[in-house]
Amino acid sequence: MIRLLRARLHQGHRTFAYPDGPPPPLPDRFRGRPLLAPERCRDGCRDCVEVCPTEAISLSPAIAIDLGRCLFCAECAAACPEGAITWGGDHRLAVRRREELQVSAERELALATALDERLRRLFGRSLKLRQVSAGGCNACEADVNVLSTLAWDIGRFGIRIVASPRHADGLIVTGPVSENMRLALRKTYDAVAPPKIVIAIGACAIAGGPYLGHPEVAGGAGAVVPVDLWVPGCPPHPLTMLDGMLRLLGRLESAGESR
Amino acid sequence: MSGADRFLRTTAGVAVARREIPALPVAELADAVVTACDGGLRVAAWFGVPRPSGVELVAVLADDARAGIALARATLTGPAFPSRAAACPQLHLFERELAEQFGLVAEGHPAPAPVRSQPPLVAPAAGAPAPALPGTGELYRVEGQEVHEVGVGPVHAGVIEPGHFRFQCHGEQVFHLEIRLGYQHRGVERALIGGPDRRTIHYLETSAGDTTIGHATAGCELIEALAGTAAPPRGAALRAIALELERLANHTGDLGALAGDVGYLPTASFCGRIRGDFLNLSAELCGSRFGRGLVRPGGSGFDLEPARRERLRAGLDRTFTDARSAIELLWESSSVMERFETTGVVPREDALALGLVGPAARASGVDRDLRRDHPGGAYRDQSMAVATAASGDVHARARVRWLEMEHSLAFLHATLAALPEGEVRVPVGRLAPESLAVSLVEGWRGEICHVALTDRAGRFARYKIVDPSFHNWSGLARALRGGQISDFPLCNKSFNLSYCGHDL
Repeated sequence: MIRLLRARLHQGHRTFAYPDGPPPPLPDRFRGRPLLAPERCRDGCRDCVEVCPTEAISLSPAIAIDLGRCLFCAECAAACPEGAITWGGDHRLAVRRREELQVSAERELALATALDERLRRLFGRSLKLRQVSAGGCNACEADVNVLSTLAWDIGRFGIRIVASPRHADGLIVTGPVSENMRLALRKTYDAVAPPKIVIAIGACAIAGGPYLGHPEVAGGAGAVVPVDLWVPGCPPHPLTMLDGMLRLLGRLESAGESR
Repeated sequence: MSGADRFLRTTAGVAVARREIPALPVAELADAVVTACDGGLRVAAWFGVPRPSGVELVAVLADDARAGIALARATLTGPAFPSRAAACPQLHLFERELAEQFGLVAEGHPAPAPVRSQPPLVAPAAGAPAPALPGTGELYRVEGQEVHEVGVGPVHAGVIEPGHFRFQCHGEQVFHLEIRLGYQHRGVERALIGGPDRRTIHYLETSAGDTTIGHATAGCELIEALAGTAAPPRGAALRAIALELERLANHTGDLGALAGDVGYLPTASFCGRIRGDFLNLSAELCGSRFGRGLVRPGGSGFDLEPARRERLRAGLDRTFTDARSAIELLWESSSVMERFETTGVVPREDALALGLVGPAARASGVDRDLRRDHPGGAYRDQSMAVATAASGDVHARARVRWLEMEHSLAFLHATLAALPEGEVRVPVGRLAPESLAVSLVEGWRGEICHVALTDRAGRFARYKIVDPSFHNWSGLARALRGGQISDFPLCNKSFNLSYCGHDL
């Protein structure tokens, strides 16, 4: 018992102050939102397009990256002879509509807006989610799990991962949705009482990730269920996931953070 | 050991010409595998390679005592091959996989069933019906008046990957557990054929995402072997550092989850956070908590400059101190020990027969660790202590993890203190044509075996991945036999196997 109390004292209080305080620091090599400088692109150069594993980069009219397909591997930045692509440290990436993940120098990322007033009244202070891994590699799943640990403690916001879809207000989907999970995902979605929301977490759940185009997968959650929040990354940092969820619930504005 | 004479003897991490591998008649190959396993070798991989004339069967056996591997092959032209699973149980899943991937029949297999419910590896005939979903079709069933059946999954209660578990029970007692997987199948091995290409490294990194470093290291060592090069010492050391950090993070998470499953909340909640702190050390190294981007063909994608090395050392000590404080509570809590001890026992002889690997094998007294037995990369320079336990129960699987964490810490400090100078990555040329190479990496779950065969142009004609879970799911089923169904979550956590690594 004494050792237990001593351990308790040693471990201390570790829940992040965020969002009331600063977010936990991210390492300098963290790859967040990419920064594009199309004026640096040389005519006819396709070096970035050719190294991208998921055909996420387009060059016409100017360089643009589909963050939904992006694996954040940064091969494009390494391949670019002119430094037209660099990787910034901004973790805020989640959006409400799939097409908003197409980013260019012209078009900044439109970060997720809050649910409409009716859903916000329902879920704003109590959101129960059921997680479904559908072909996920257990990286997104592991970092979804992290949100429930005491460092992140999403229970503070009334968000909880629950065991049954019958107890849930929505789903978190990870993975490219393997054909072998398509039916199970659909049934789980159907088992959630309306109104309900779906959060697609990670490159796989958005567009298939490395499995883009495989006949063994449906190519993301959107192929099977309607999606309300898209969180890019491979896997997204827990802070990126939390940022998206809090924006969806309209809780970042209230914490004083400007968009 | 007469069966072993039929094999080509070589080592992991070395390419051999395909024609040098002895070609035997199919039945003789199968018998030679059984004889060799009776003599102490074990099956690291046993799979098919598509050939114009049929299917080439390749056996890769590990000879732990001699740090070697043994290779042989056979060409199958008919629709069936003879099963030896009854004589050599560690073959049972390999044979089922072979049958499923090539539309073959394993003649005489005691329990034939789909492995992943996947279509054949090479293009199925047009109009061929899609395979039935996993968990459907005939499952093993015990009949009897008081026998009842419990089906769980694919969608489980936790944040966990999908799988189907079917229990045959008498009251609380489990007579039999059948595990049906395949829900996570996404075509990894099929898509690797024709590589290496720009997606290859991402398939490797996501074969089992919690083992990004392990699988990527296995794949890169294979590519380097086939290209006749090797990662420079500094790059190899960085990979080993990342591999041990991956082990620390996952073992911490597992010990916390085991505590959670017996309702011991202090360790459960501390470890949940500490696991994240270990992941953050990987992110310090390469920007990704899961080590994405660190392991690349030819070495490491990132260097560790002096200031970063000091941050890593300090972080490691701080985090390990927290881990020790949290985990040592377990061994002193009688309520935890009462639940861990004698639960989910896998006897040593069963662990050997099933071919278990990793902490699950070592917890059953099987002294087997690739870092010592088949060392590659930085493990050639730094010796690695191997932790074992005798009881084969949940307690042994927990205890072995903790001892391994202490060994990993010692390895990390020794490696960080003596980090070789020089470059971290070298260019990798074209792969040798018509060759085969095997790589063996001790990931946190155990043996990761990758095998690649190249075609005349030096492209992958076949790429075989054997995740440790492929060996160990049978161990979980064994652990439940005769146990109580309410112990399933605890037993499952004590193995913590990969679904996606199995399903590929």
